[in-house]
Amino acid sequence: MTNAIEINCATGEVIERPLTAAELTQREADAKAALDAKAADEKAATDKEAKRQAVYAKLGLTADEIAALA
Amino acid sequence: MATTYTIISSNVLSSSAASVTFSAIPSTYTDLVLRCSVRDSGSSGSSQQQVRVRINGSSSANYSRRNLTGVGSTAASANGTSNTSIAGFYAPDAGATSNTFNSFEVYIPNYATVQQRQVSVFNAFENNSSTVNEINVTAALYTDTTAITSLYIDTVSGLVSGSSFYLYGIKNS
Repeated sequence: MTNAIEINCATGEVIERPLTAAELTQREADAKAALDAKAADEKAATDKEAKRQAVYAKLGLTADEIAALA
Repeated sequence: MATTYTIISSNVLSSSAASVTFSAIPSTYTDLVLRCSVRDSGSSGSSQQQVRVRINGSSSANYSRRNLTGVGSTAASANGTSNTSIAGFYAPDAGATSNTFNSFEVYIPNYATVQQRQVSVFNAFENNSSTVNEINVTAALYTDTTAITSLYIDTVSGLVSGSSFYLYGIKNS
């Protein structure tokens, strides 16, 4: 998976070429960033759900009542 | 009646590739619409992998986003600042049901003018299973102000054969 496809919209020419060293380095950084972003998104969702559950607990709602609110 | 929605260029991958770039995009339209269907080649463990779109090849931290996501029966929202691409949406990967692809649309208004770009993305994929059926809606901002002449698309591990890419131009008259 080391080839890039370039489509020149002006000429219609399609070029397939190997990734450059800079592009390979960027892909490695991107892969790490994607993992970090995914983890951050999942943590945000988990934190939000934990806060929601804490509110439900404070309100003393039953499981059925919580389900009715979802 | 004037033709206001015109295909600029397209490509369907006949073999796997790391990325696809539309370059030398003409400045003769008002808005751009990028419609793609892709699948990632890797195995992330979660059966899905992030899709990235970059404007003018820029990997600088000049993208931000807010997005809504529905995965299975779970909904969530998230935001990202100083991102290096338009992100927050996903494609099935090698862990997902075979031959399933996502489909997404990126809308870029006023792409040829000199201003920051508000970009919208709608993405969905059906994994034909009880998990990892996903919808993403993303509102993104690209803070660079140069006119847009190229769009870059990739996924974390790479794009499988059969992934398709269509770039349209919209004129206001």
